[in-house]
Amino acid sequence: MSTLTEPSTPPPSPDGDSVVGGRIVDRAQYGLAAFLVVVGAYVVYDATTLGRGFADQPVQPYAFPYVVGAVLIVLGAVLAFITSRGDRPDAEEGEDVDLSQKGDAKTVALLAAVFVVDIALIDWLGWAITGAFLFAASARVLGSRTWVRDIAIGVALSVGTFYGFYVGLGIPIPAGILDGVL
Amino acid sequence: MDLNLLLDGFQTALTPTNLLFAVLGVMLGTAVGVLPGIGPAMTVALLLPVTYNVEPSSAIIMFAGIYYGGMYGGSTTSILLNTPGESSSVVTAIEGNKMAKAGRAAQALATAAIGSFVAGTIGTILLVLLAPSVADVVVKLGAPSYFAIMLLALFAVTAVLGTSKLRGFIALFLGLTIGLIGTSTGKARLTFGEPLLADGIDIVVVAVAIFAIGEALWVAAHLRRKPLEIIPVGRPWMDRQDWGRSWKPWLRGTALGFPFGALPAGGAEVPTFLSYITERKLSKHPEEFGKGAIEGVAGPEAANNASAAGTLVPLLAIGLPTTATAAVILLAMQSYGIQPGPQLMDNEPELVWGLLASLFVANTLLLVLNLPLAPVWARLLQTPRPYLYAGILFFASLGAYSVNFQAFDLALLLAFGLLGLAMRRFGLPVLPLIIGVILGPRLEAQLTEALAISGGKISTLWGEPVAVVVYVVIAVLIVGLFVNFVRNARQGAATAENKERIDA
Repeated sequence: MSTLTEPSTPPPSPDGDSVVGGRIVDRAQYGLAAFLVVVGAYVVYDATTLGRGFADQPVQPYAFPYVVGAVLIVLGAVLAFITSRGDRPDAEEGEDVDLSQKGDAKTVALLAAVFVVDIALIDWLGWAITGAFLFAASARVLGSRTWVRDIAIGVALSVGTFYGFYVGLGIPIPAGILDGVL
Repeated sequence: MDLNLLLDGFQTALTPTNLLFAVLGVMLGTAVGVLPGIGPAMTVALLLPVTYNVEPSSAIIMFAGIYYGGMYGGSTTSILLNTPGESSSVVTAIEGNKMAKAGRAAQALATAAIGSFVAGTIGTILLVLLAPSVADVVVKLGAPSYFAIMLLALFAVTAVLGTSKLRGFIALFLGLTIGLIGTSTGKARLTFGEPLLADGIDIVVVAVAIFAIGEALWVAAHLRRKPLEIIPVGRPWMDRQDWGRSWKPWLRGTALGFPFGALPAGGAEVPTFLSYITERKLSKHPEEFGKGAIEGVAGPEAANNASAAGTLVPLLAIGLPTTATAAVILLAMQSYGIQPGPQLMDNEPELVWGLLASLFVANTLLLVLNLPLAPVWARLLQTPRPYLYAGILFFASLGAYSVNFQAFDLALLLAFGLLGLAMRRFGLPVLPLIIGVILGPRLEAQLTEALAISGGKISTLWGEPVAVVVYVVIAVLIVGLFVNFVRNARQGAATAENKERIDA
């Protein structure tokens, strides 16, 4: 058990707090509760559309989804209730994590954007180019300011893994636009 | 057990090619595991694709190397940075980092490495002795018993480990929801009409997303601006006194770790903590505890490794993963064409004994390679953070992409990565989710099989003695939880006046 790591004081204020009736309420946690209820409701809705399976199927395809969806809705409701009573999560700590600062939503959004660009282009440009882009752009977002070196490392990694997979493991990663060049 | 089969296993594992793969695995596993923020489960998940398409026997031994290397890498960061990569090495960090600060980093790393070797070796021997007989018992169990055991594992992993039960169950049911996706029951469930979702979501993608992408995004949101202080290692060398004070804790730690690891609620947290308390009680130098006592590193580190060997008993004999690392190992074995379970020993003896022999070989190599290489690994800790986390994103997407070479898997990776980020923000444990994704569909399959055999009679579920015993255990756990809850609530009510915050 993690008795040893449990903080004896409440964790430093994460974003989205508000004080209600003398209690600190983690308002963002209402968002998680709502998410659970929505997912649960969709799972139940999806189950109603399934219809009966094979006649000899003792556990119908909708049986498990009904249970899982219903429990998710209940869990979401309980979470909303205890949130209003001042329950707060112990956010995960780590070696490079500094919980005393506010969460940096901009960095996360930029990283997600880099990832979306990577996903959109990978079929066309291929792993060697998008992989290098993913590394260099992520490093930039995370605070590196040496463009040339970032791109050089990115290219080395992506081309290296391309040939590593191709030569070492015999798996051809789709080369995209560079088909025939690599 | 059959000694000849084990010797055959060694013959497979010790060919020059396979030995090379083992060395490569240990090096890769340690190099990745030693990076800050990467625990054993994440190391194994990230490096799993590397072993694809290598011949199965080579892949297994390489994987065994990665596994042991990743675990040792985790202890190295605990000792040098006071920053355990996962909960099982928390206790190692307590005394280990104090030793390091007192200039005894080398001895702490050495006692951790040798202790891991001793515990890993004894643990694997116990595994070799036990797994076949457990499998013999298990093979006679029917679907009702399996159903009950899986229910127990889900319940225990969620409710017994971790501080907030509610958050454990939230994670579990999110995992079960992910497990519903697909057409395994003959009907398309939660596929949104997307044919790529018909086969369900590849668990490797889920695991890599939750462990690696979630972690990288979480760290990105809270990146520490000042560099961490790292202590130079020096040459790992223990003097006579260090050996004298280490060997008993190694053995006691092993004795505590293995049985706990083999339980369905397995995990290294309880045995490492028990080992720490035991050593503090038995030590001739109790005054050193809290200031860097070598017993406090030797015992918990051995317990950690022995429990890791213990988790392989239910994994191999029942196909039941009880820790995050074991969950990834299960995926690895399935990708090598090994289906863990009671029939495994009879159907694929060469592969199983090859795996067990590989564990011995990898464990030995770890000791041989890592004692002299410790200073090199310590230097990896200084990787600039932007490169480290950009690199994690890079390798995580390579891992997910290499499963099917579909951009769709990368989109799933991002979606579940964001879920992993939210889980860390809201304190949701990762393990119940992963176990839920893996065991959910199998729970449904066992229930279906049990009811199909009984002709739909529900009473078949408690028709086997093992199932009844397991349900009694679950009932006892529920009663225990409830009693605890009531007691806490009463205490809470009594002290609510003075206390600002009450933990649910």
